[in-house]
Amino acid sequence: MNRIDQVFEELRASGSTALIPFITMGDPDIRTSVDIIKTLVQAGADMIELGVPYSDPLADGPVIQRASERALRHRISIVDCIQVAEDARNAGADVPFILFTYYNPVLQLGLERFFELITSKGISGLIIPDLPIEEDEEMRGLAEQAGIHLIPLVAPTSHDRVKRIAAKARGFVYCVSSLGVTGVRSDFHAGIDEFLQSVREAASVPIAVGFGISSREQVERFAEQADGVIVGSAIVRKIEEALPLLAEPDRREEGLQYIHDYVRDLKA
Amino acid sequence: MNQVPDQQGRFGKFGGRYVPETLMNALLELEEAYQHYSKDPDFIREVRYLLNKYSGRPTSLYYAERLTKHLGGAKIYLKREDLNHTGAHKINNTIGQGVLAKRMGKTKIIAETGAGQHGVASATVAALLGMECKVFMGEEDTKRQQLNVFRMNLLGAEVVPVTSGTRTLKDACNETLRYWVSHVEDTYYILGSVTGPHPYPMMVRDFQRVIGDETREQIVEAEGKLPDYVVAAVGGGSNAIGIFYPFVGDESVRLLGVEAAGRGVETLEHAATMTKGKHGVFQGSLSYVLQDEYGQVQPAHSISAGLDYPGIGPEHAYLKDTGRAEYVPITDAEALEALQLLSRTEGIIPALESAHAVAQTMKLAPTLDSDKVIVISLSGRGDKDVESIMHYLGGEPGESH
Repeated sequence: MNRIDQVFEELRASGSTALIPFITMGDPDIRTSVDIIKTLVQAGADMIELGVPYSDPLADGPVIQRASERALRHRISIVDCIQVAEDARNAGADVPFILFTYYNPVLQLGLERFFELITSKGISGLIIPDLPIEEDEEMRGLAEQAGIHLIPLVAPTSHDRVKRIAAKARGFVYCVSSLGVTGVRSDFHAGIDEFLQSVREAASVPIAVGFGISSREQVERFAEQADGVIVGSAIVRKIEEALPLLAEPDRREEGLQYIHDYVRDLKA
Repeated sequence: MNQVPDQQGRFGKFGGRYVPETLMNALLELEEAYQHYSKDPDFIREVRYLLNKYSGRPTSLYYAERLTKHLGGAKIYLKREDLNHTGAHKINNTIGQGVLAKRMGKTKIIAETGAGQHGVASATVAALLGMECKVFMGEEDTKRQQLNVFRMNLLGAEVVPVTSGTRTLKDACNETLRYWVSHVEDTYYILGSVTGPHPYPMMVRDFQRVIGDETREQIVEAEGKLPDYVVAAVGGGSNAIGIFYPFVGDESVRLLGVEAAGRGVETLEHAATMTKGKHGVFQGSLSYVLQDEYGQVQPAHSISAGLDYPGIGPEHAYLKDTGRAEYVPITDAEALEALQLLSRTEGIIPALESAHAVAQTMKLAPTLDSDKVIVISLSGRGDKDVESIMHYLGGEPGESH
């Protein structure tokens, strides 16, 4: 059984919602990413999205753009990012890992080699924001074969596409809370409740909400309608704020604690 | 050759729609509207009218006699897109898409720009059609092309400086797409080249093919035959596709795309996507891309801001891989030399982009007999570049890019 399904099953039994943090791999460096992942798990993360930094992150706002730039300064590759999953698990982070990557790094690695790698390093799911259903056939076939979930995004503008997307979804359906790029915001799309309801009706897998979620109130609001809540930019910003601490060996723990407290508070 | 693109927007394996789900319905709606209006006589008439009466089409096909004599070989004709309103071929596309946006009921348009030519052409059409207009331009480029920023402001458009990434055209494109994702419900994106997700590469080609359609008719009238070579500069590739497309079925006509080699293809500072790039997905479509081994897109360099782009339209990738067109690199220095030669022999100062096509012709023409005919797409005039050319030729340190 895929670990993502297992976690959702356990959460459903206990009546709770999955907290799914996103972080950019290699921001500020790979070793720190592993430590942050451990911290996130300790703070209550149920699964983690490992973001592959990319030179042209079309779906991302300024916070994740900056994180990607920082990571790419020391030439982090998609192979390094996948390796983080294994390193983090060896360090005790026992949660499902979802790789979040734009399509081109996957394409350049070659789909076969990519699936060999993610399978052997213990990745359970994949999110590829620039691969809509019209383009994902080959990827979906290979993911199915490998037992890895290809998690699709649906948006408030998806309308009649929701059914087709949800029907093919594995793991969960990633519902985009608002139009626009990733990043903290106070307003969600006006029709968000109807939108989530329509996804719920169409999907046979769990649904999770992401984009713009940064506070405990928002997490609670969506916990009523969704099986999971994804928090990305808000955590990446906390990491950005903690960078000076993380850079100093004797204050590193303090930096990790800063991230820990923020995430624990989201969950509480 | 088969009709391209297919239903999925594929030119062979190239093209497609690699965009966030949020944009998919907007692209489908655009495709549907375009399919509808491109067959609507009323729409066709309005676009035709504006091209003729507003922009001044048809542009002339001019026999460059003194250049021909100077080079000593094939007869050289210039397709004078520089004579269009706003000074370049870009307006062919912005008129088409502007009228389409209006028919679709959109009131706001957005556009990306590198040197500012497409931005100016978009701002112009927005003023003409009474629409709001925002132009995204890399912060670096707003500094390099201050006059064009002012020109767009005069036309009533807002210029948004882009501070992400390389702060040039590539990131202006990213930022325009990001803005569109957030405002997709009331905003029309006028993409300026044959790049991006389907239906843009097809639609922009269809609006630019007027260059090639006119050329074909004019050269037959002048020479009684088709040309032996058609030469055009390629960045994203819209003027090149525009002039190539009507000749694709004529196997005797050789199609030559000229890309920017910057400081040389052996250096890291070039925009030679076809010569040095690999297949990859970039800004919505599969094509050739300048990238590293792990798929990170590399910054491009060219003296010409319009060619300073690490991608290229998917139809060009298709023409290259099927062998129908060839793509060759021209350096900054060669382009500058060609710009000066054309200025002195013909009294025409070409845009730096178009000077790349002239430079390739300087190599090609002397190798051919005098009964051969070359047509150059002179895609734009050089007025916008005069200041930076002055810096280059004066060898001042503040050279642009």
